[in-house]
Amino acid sequence: MEFTFYLSGAIAVAATLMVITGLNAVHALLYLIVSLLAVAIVFYVLGAPFAAALEVIIYAGAIMVLFVFVMMMLNLGKAAAAREQDWLTPGIWAGPAVLASLLLAELGYIFAQGGTAAGAVAVTAKEVGIALFGPYLLGVELASLLLLAGLVGACHLGRHEDVHHGWDEDERHENG
Amino acid sequence: MAGMKMSAMRTAEAVAAIPMHHGLVLAAVLFALGLIGILVRRNLIFILMSIEIMLNAAGLAFVVAGARWEQADGQVMLIFILAVAAVEVSVGLALLLLLHRRFQTLDADAVSKMRG
Repeated sequence: MEFTFYLSGAIAVAATLMVITGLNAVHALLYLIVSLLAVAIVFYVLGAPFAAALEVIIYAGAIMVLFVFVMMMLNLGKAAAAREQDWLTPGIWAGPAVLASLLLAELGYIFAQGGTAAGAVAVTAKEVGIALFGPYLLGVELASLLLLAGLVGACHLGRHEDVHHGWDEDERHENG
Repeated sequence: MAGMKMSAMRTAEAVAAIPMHHGLVLAAVLFALGLIGILVRRNLIFILMSIEIMLNAAGLAFVVAGARWEQADGQVMLIFILAVAAVEVSVGLALLLLLHRRFQTLDADAVSKMRG
């Protein structure tokens, strides 16, 4: 069972290497998602199934979707169709697909074997919840405060464009 | 197949699973890669992604330590790191959109000059 740890770690390092050397942001994002999924498998093998689930749902799911949305907004009106055509060539998604299918095979192997690595004791979601809402209750409150501050900050920064809506029209006049 | 056999042999001879320092080395390598990404890249999207990599590596270190002592504290810290990462990335991406709107670029050097 241990080799799943090392294989996932190698996949995570390789995918991260592709992220920081990537030229295209969307391709780098694909590799970043693969890297996060690999780290999730590392968590699972180490005996932290709840952390693995959170990593997949929040990191690879929610946070990466934010990135995707922003890239969608940035690419508007810039010969998007031609670029889309380039992105559909097999060479581009083959790398992330191979790494992700390796991870999937690993996941199947882990579930076929059942449980975590030998010697590792799984810390369940129940224990994490008891610790989180027991001794760490103040931390939870602080995190909620931080999330609220982030919400207000992002809202303010996003609303800025509406306040200066005249700018866009000016630029459009200049360009047109 | 060979890997399965190797793994079975290893579990037979050593009950103690993955050594803690292997996990910490993995976390350190990921963190170093994120740091290199921040230092080398000038595109703000890549800088934000590198920050995500570094936060994730820090969380990995916490989970490795938590697994070593079989305590839930490591995973609790990972949850806090997730909250911090979510806030950071939402505010960072809002700033990035603002920058793109104003300067039509994502180059971090474009905002190196202050108005005052």
